[in-house]
Amino acid sequence: MAIQTRPESSNDNLESPKTAQPYLEIRNLQTAFPGNEKPTIVVNDVSLSLARGETLAVVGESGSGKTMTFLSALGLLPKSGRVIGGEALLSGRDLLKLPPREMRALRGSEIAMVFQGPLSGLNPVFRIGEQIIEAIRAHRRISRRAARQEAIRLLERVHIPAASSRIDDYPHQLSGGMRQRALIAMAIALDPAVLIADEPTTALDVTVQAQILELLSDIQAETGMGMVLITHDLGLVARHADRVAVMYGGRVVEQGQLSDVFKRTRHPYTVSLFRSIPHLHTPADAELTPIDGQPPNPAELPPGCAFEARCYLGKGRRDCVSAIPPLAATDLNTHLTACHHWPELAGTGANG
Amino acid sequence: MTVNEPTLRPASEQDEPILELHDVRKVFGSRGVFGNSTGNTVTAVDGISIRIRRGETLGLVGETGSGKSTIGRIVLRLDEPTSGQIMFGGEDLAKLSVREMRRRRQYIQMVFQDPFGSLDPRMTVGELVAEPMFVHGTPRAEIPLRMERILKHVGLDPRMSERYPHEFSGGQRQRIGVARALVLDPSLLILDEPVSALAVSIQAQILNMLRSIQRETDIAYLFIAHDLAVVRHISDRVAVLYLGRIVETAPRDKLYTMPRHPYTISLLSAVPVPDPDLERQRKRVELHGEISSGTAIPTGCRFHPRCFRTRFIATQQGGSTISVEGEQLARQCVESDPVLVSAVGDDDEHSAACHFPLSDTELAAVMGMRLGDKPSLNDHANSQTQEHNS
Ligand SMILES: Nc1ncnc2c1ncn2[C@@H]1O[C@H](COP(=O)(O)OP(=O)(O)OP(=O)(O)O)[C@@H](O)[C@H]1O
Ligand SMILES: Nc1ncnc2c1ncn2[C@@H]1O[C@H](COP(=O)(O)OP(=O)(O)OP(=O)(O)O)[C@@H](O)[C@H]1O
Ligand code: SF4
Ligand SMILES: [Mg+2]
Ligand SMILES: [Mg+2]
Repeated sequence: MAIQTRPESSNDNLESPKTAQPYLEIRNLQTAFPGNEKPTIVVNDVSLSLARGETLAVVGESGSGKTMTFLSALGLLPKSGRVIGGEALLSGRDLLKLPPREMRALRGSEIAMVFQGPLSGLNPVFRIGEQIIEAIRAHRRISRRAARQEAIRLLERVHIPAASSRIDDYPHQLSGGMRQRALIAMAIALDPAVLIADEPTTALDVTVQAQILELLSDIQAETGMGMVLITHDLGLVARHADRVAVMYGGRVVEQGQLSDVFKRTRHPYTVSLFRSIPHLHTPADAELTPIDGQPPNPAELPPGCAFEARCYLGKGRRDCVSAIPPLAATDLNTHLTACHHWPELAGTGANG
Repeated sequence: MTVNEPTLRPASEQDEPILELHDVRKVFGSRGVFGNSTGNTVTAVDGISIRIRRGETLGLVGETGSGKSTIGRIVLRLDEPTSGQIMFGGEDLAKLSVREMRRRRQYIQMVFQDPFGSLDPRMTVGELVAEPMFVHGTPRAEIPLRMERILKHVGLDPRMSERYPHEFSGGQRQRIGVARALVLDPSLLILDEPVSALAVSIQAQILNMLRSIQRETDIAYLFIAHDLAVVRHISDRVAVLYLGRIVETAPRDKLYTMPRHPYTISLLSAVPVPDPDLERQRKRVELHGEISSGTAIPTGCRFHPRCFRTRFIATQQGGSTISVEGEQLARQCVESDPVLVSAVGDDDEHSAACHFPLSDTELAAVMGMRLGDKPSLNDHANSQTQEHNS
């Protein structure tokens, strides 16, 4: 039973006030990998939207489908993966229906992605400049010299010192922070309307992390680029996101404006996530409340709510065990949750 | 040691340290692409002294490459110190032969970051946990009982001891690693990033387990991590490392609420807190330049190329300055290496290696606010920090 997402008309509610037309809109996306008996669905009926200049944070359990959602939209799934349903509209055009050649043309120029993992994305045998120049020339008819000038400008823009000489370095000659910045330079080279940043700073030190995210914010302010920030760092979300989507077991389980999700939390997984992590602004001796059990295996999802076995609110309750809760509006129609018992969370602020 | 108060002994005598490092250094000969020596050296640990007491947790934080893991490995002599003393149980481990050292390893154990790579995949959990007992000659008859006790202790079902590591989740594998390390009842456990490879929802399980084991057994931890919130949660005292040096050390709450060293302040101000209102009011200390490396440690204070404080001192307070790459810095910072000492008014448990440690009022101005405090803005702050614009 596929859960119906919100009707067309309610889309307006989910959009940032910054613009009417979302840049990127993913609707009812479903992605599967071949499994033992039946396919394993790793992205299940996911709907998300991103407006111009907006930052949407996607947070959630490891293995919950964050990366696969956006690899699906970009046509970059691993070979065995298949999109089996839904749409991914970029300014109204469905990316999932584009012929591969057109998709390649859009990728990079309209929608770009910075991949998870510090070493992915740069080819170790080519100088970083080469790689950026190639990326530019694949989309624009300009001379090598002009492209090289452009590459230097980009490296300067991401604050790589001595860019005009660094451009001839190989990836291993750069520090982790600089490499990540080179990747970002490549991703923004063609001024994409949408940037998908998948854990762009996870492997980096906090000070470097702060510098890189400030940089991305600056670029957004300049160009109106929309950004999807996939991260597990709730502090980064608090600092940079406009809206938040929380994923668990292949589904979006909570979605809304930053302050609503953080201050009027309406899904027990989100609540637990806050309570299980030590934070600098909470008392140092506060006991952490771990989330019992293990993250779910998408090949063996239960018939009911995927979080039920670990849920302090729903464990063993009949509806939680037997029925998948649909993602639906809470007391605010811009704030969605997939929990049978969300009204019992009223008054729960993750921060209070 | 006042004559008038003979009952009051100094803290250091009250709680005998179980581990003390004195001025430990480690210089690696650096390797070229083909494994040959390049003639360059990396100073990974540059004169470090630390002390850990029984039942205490010392947190070690610092950026990548600052030497955290090397310190842990030196204590176990997995890396040989270039110089310095490693006092443990009244003897200097650095002077022991390899064979003698092996016998001491039952008292000092280590848990590694990667719960996947650090367990032999061909051994069952039972074999993995029993191995240290065989190696150190635990009487055979005792082994099953100790194994069962330790597995329960770390929250694993003893009935799972026939299974292999790949049948376990990351969190469970890390429990196996901890069980292996604890089974010989060590008095010191070195934990190198024990939770950073785990799913966020699992980390608290391991942190809580470590805390409860410590409460029960009085074991001491050297807890190495780059996550400042995790370190704050688990530590009694914290040492902040920068390029192989401790730049500040203090009891936990002092370090997090009254940091004196500009680097500690920079780190703390860079960690975002997950409260949108608080976070968006916070100001960020500006960091200059790139992390330097152990191959070319800057002159004077090794933090000066990135330090906001020396720039502020040079431009706002006058004194002797020096121009470096077009910027005015305080001369002292560029020319003389600061020693780790207590700032005026701080007790001797709290010390920082900075020529211009920040006072409480200066700190409040620089941070805009202290964590949990109301923001306060003034000129001092504006000239030193970057306003975050959201
Ligand atoms: N090549 C593959 N074949 C089969 N299953 C896969 C493959 N790649 C990923 N999966 C599964 O798809 C699910 C979703 O993975 P995804 O990478 O999107 O998770 P994620 O939310 O990004 O997690 P993380 O936070 O760990 O990056 C996971 O359960 C994963 O095991
Ligand atoms: N075996 C070795 N040979 C040469 N250099 C080494 C060796 N081991 C470590 N180093 C260097 O010593 C310095 C300190 O490394 P160390 O691993 O202790 O840092 P760390 O603080 O643990 O960093 P991370 O947070 O990345 O784990 C680094 O510059 C590193 O490159
Ligand atoms: S000694 Fe100078 S350069 Fe070093 S941290 Fe202090 S103020 Fe900054
Ligand atoms: Mg991912
Ligand atoms: Mg390390």
